[in-house]
Amino acid sequence: MRRILALIAVTLTGLVLIYGTMDFPTFGDPAAPHYRHVVPRWIQHSEDESGVPNIVTAGLANYRGYDTLFETSVIFTAGITVILLLRTRKKEVESGRKD
Amino acid sequence: MAEKIETTPFTEDIIVKTIARILLPLILLWALYVLIHGAGGPGGGFQAGCVLAAGLILFTIAFGLKETKKIFTIKWATFLSSLGVMIYGGTGLLCLFFGGKFLEYGKLPFPIPVEGAEYGIESIEIGVGITVMAVMISIFYDLALKKE
Repeated sequence: MRRILALIAVTLTGLVLIYGTMDFPTFGDPAAPHYRHVVPRWIQHSEDESGVPNIVTAGLANYRGYDTLFETSVIFTAGITVILLLRTRKKEVESGRKD
Repeated sequence: MAEKIETTPFTEDIIVKTIARILLPLILLWALYVLIHGAGGPGGGFQAGCVLAAGLILFTIAFGLKETKKIFTIKWATFLSSLGVMIYGGTGLLCLFFGGKFLEYGKLPFPIPVEGAEYGIESIEIGVGITVMAVMISIFYDLALKKE
């Protein structure tokens, strides 16, 4: 019974998500909202505003600075998690515990 | 027991050793190029960190884990992985001290605001590169040492 309920919930959520994609602009449509104000602004002004000729780097570090900061934090957290899960502590090795 | 695992078949292979000896400086130099060139062309901190870590992993394949741990200890990997995030956050805080918003590089004390923005971007790229490299190597160490 719980499985059937879960299946119904998942199917309904999926249908709602698919219904949401109906309103997306067509792929590559030049009249899409983000092509009409974000992209022209970046192409025309990113070099004056951020000082770097590479638009990708300007977007990554300047316009999306917080995003990149927390991406780096996510990588750091992943590293710390692997340390917590996998690193063998020296004391346990010395006292002969094998797990 | 530990010695047995660290002496992989690759360690004794002269071809792998020679190729690694020739390629390693080039890989590390290229990683620095990608890191510094990130502002002007394709490249950046994430890629450079991965290339640096790949160079060290190649070194491990050729010369064994023991030698790698001598030149890049596990403690350094843990320290550097947090240092990179600190450089990034510190650059953001530095902008606050000079009267801008968090991560507003234009306010850094350089003659032209655009120049400040450029060097701010460079420094956060270096921070990202350090973190990515250290985390990659830290994960690699943990996976390699798990077998003991």
